[in-house]
Amino acid sequence: MKLPWFKREKAGITTQTKDKKATPEGLWHKCSRCKKVCDTADHIGNKWVCPNCNYHTKIGSAEYFNILFGETFELLFENIKPTDPLEFFDTKSYKDRLVDTIAKTNLDDALRVAVGEVAEGVPLVVACMDFNFIGGSMGSVMGERIARAIDYGRENKIPVMVISKSGGARMMEAAFSLMQMAKTSAKLALLAQAGVPYISWLTDPTTGGVTASFAMLGDFNIAEPEALIGFAGPRVIRETIGKDLPKGFQSSEFLLEHGFVDSIMQRTEMKEKLTQLLRLLANKRPIEAEIGS
Amino acid sequence: MSFDFEKPIVELEEQLESAQKIAEKGKVDVSGTIAELRQKIEVAKKEVYGNMTGWQKVQLSRHPDRPYTMDYIENMTEGFMEQHGDRNVKDDKAIVGGFTWLGDRTVMILGQQKGRNTKMRQYRNFGMPNPEGYRKALRLMKLAEKFNIPIITLIDTPGASPGLEAEERGQGEAIAKNLMEMSVLKVPVICVVIGEGASGGALGIGVGDRVLMLENTWYSVISPESCSSILWRSWDFKEKAAESLKLTAENMLANGLIDGIIPEPLGGANTDPATIYTTLKAVLLKHLDVLSKLKPAKLIEQRIAKFSAMGAFEEV
Ligand SMILES: [Zn+2]
Repeated sequence: MKLPWFKREKAGITTQTKDKKATPEGLWHKCSRCKKVCDTADHIGNKWVCPNCNYHTKIGSAEYFNILFGETFELLFENIKPTDPLEFFDTKSYKDRLVDTIAKTNLDDALRVAVGEVAEGVPLVVACMDFNFIGGSMGSVMGERIARAIDYGRENKIPVMVISKSGGARMMEAAFSLMQMAKTSAKLALLAQAGVPYISWLTDPTTGGVTASFAMLGDFNIAEPEALIGFAGPRVIRETIGKDLPKGFQSSEFLLEHGFVDSIMQRTEMKEKLTQLLRLLANKRPIEAEIGS
Repeated sequence: MSFDFEKPIVELEEQLESAQKIAEKGKVDVSGTIAELRQKIEVAKKEVYGNMTGWQKVQLSRHPDRPYTMDYIENMTEGFMEQHGDRNVKDDKAIVGGFTWLGDRTVMILGQQKGRNTKMRQYRNFGMPNPEGYRKALRLMKLAEKFNIPIITLIDTPGASPGLEAEERGQGEAIAKNLMEMSVLKVPVICVVIGEGASGGALGIGVGDRVLMLENTWYSVISPESCSSILWRSWDFKEKAAESLKLTAENMLANGLIDGIIPEPLGGANTDPATIYTTLKAVLLKHLDVLSKLKPAKLIEQRIAKFSAMGAFEEV
């Protein structure tokens, strides 16, 4: 393993104070798990995965679209915007929460849809969550955008992938949120009847109503390493059973062992492996033997 | 047992009881008082039960004397033959089901089952199914589809079971599979919330051509208690959470998330179970008459269109 952060760290220490000020804080990335520092450019080049400990830093739709499509993709269904149907008010009004979150994140809800090509002649519709938008919670907008993404895939015979990263239902939309589970699952039944592939890409964390609907319904359920994936949250389970949870409980590796995901894939190999999978399904072997003999 | 909000009625009933005792002794004529009290009770009942808050309905939905799934099956249908097991892991006691006669019609009936005493509550896991419960339910529904027999599901759960084994055996996958498969069942499906309709645990047997709620039940994405704990970080806001979640049958109908409300006897199904059995049976037969005339493709198309239309967003 190369350790590009090492040199940089040294350079950082010896840099003049005035130069330090000139350099943006993001030049070095400190891993939130192993605390090692690496060059931000290298971290991004490594698809936001720590080169030291393989920690998959939480990223959003912009990063995933970039990984899969580079700069060439089209955003879909952006005309669908959130509302406050129940005039929900907890410690603050949902309406204000939406306004504040939209301003803070520059997103309009917790999921965006894009269509593009992961390789030449290999199109994919991707619906990807943003955890920084109210915990990636599923409200009507997420449900509707996923439903339309599935319809788009079915009508255009393009495989569909949902990248999940969510705490589950958006409580401020109460039963509206709940019914998105039924809506998206019903749409997947139609996609299956049309014979169009559906991939569920599971990332840290994927829980609650997302797990209990489209996230577990993939023809291929693929998880990033060491992600938390489950129906009930660990805190709820701990409180219910009154003891600590076993190590690795509800991890990607746990789900693989119990038969609920097909495989665990590194984010660094995401684009390449998905391309291979989609080509296998389309019965389109690449002319140049990219996959070996 | 009674709830705090029923106090005005209980007090009047106690007064009536003592007046009746005096009347039995026959020394004083209290017939005027008795008549007056009876009228007051009627007025108080209409006042109290006609203006219940969300939280009060949640309380009533959990009344220990409310009929549970097996009560409906035993009193509303005939010839029930219970089937057990998911053919994979085990038999989940929190979900019961089997073929039975509803009037002259064979139906598949299934639902979550709660227990009435401590021992039975544990045996039934408080009506909280594990993955094998959802898989048993799906097995029975597919069986009904095979024989072209309509399906009735009765929903009464505080949620799907949270636990180590539930997660190991894929609680999320089990519910998800049911949502997908139920949406394309070729036979009529009627779902009725008879008590508590909590979250994915309820929806896991809740995708139907008709989704109905008894008058004093609730249906939402989370229980008011858990909602309070998560959003307010305290258990003390359950009343407020119940209001905010808009979880009553009236709210759900107004928001286009259910298809109808089934009236209960004044004071709730617990006060007069016989009436609710008769009412529910008539409602189910009426809907089955309509639905059984539709072709499978039409049923499925309408069912999916209905759930697809659920949601609240702006299109700009
Ligand atoms: Zn690290």
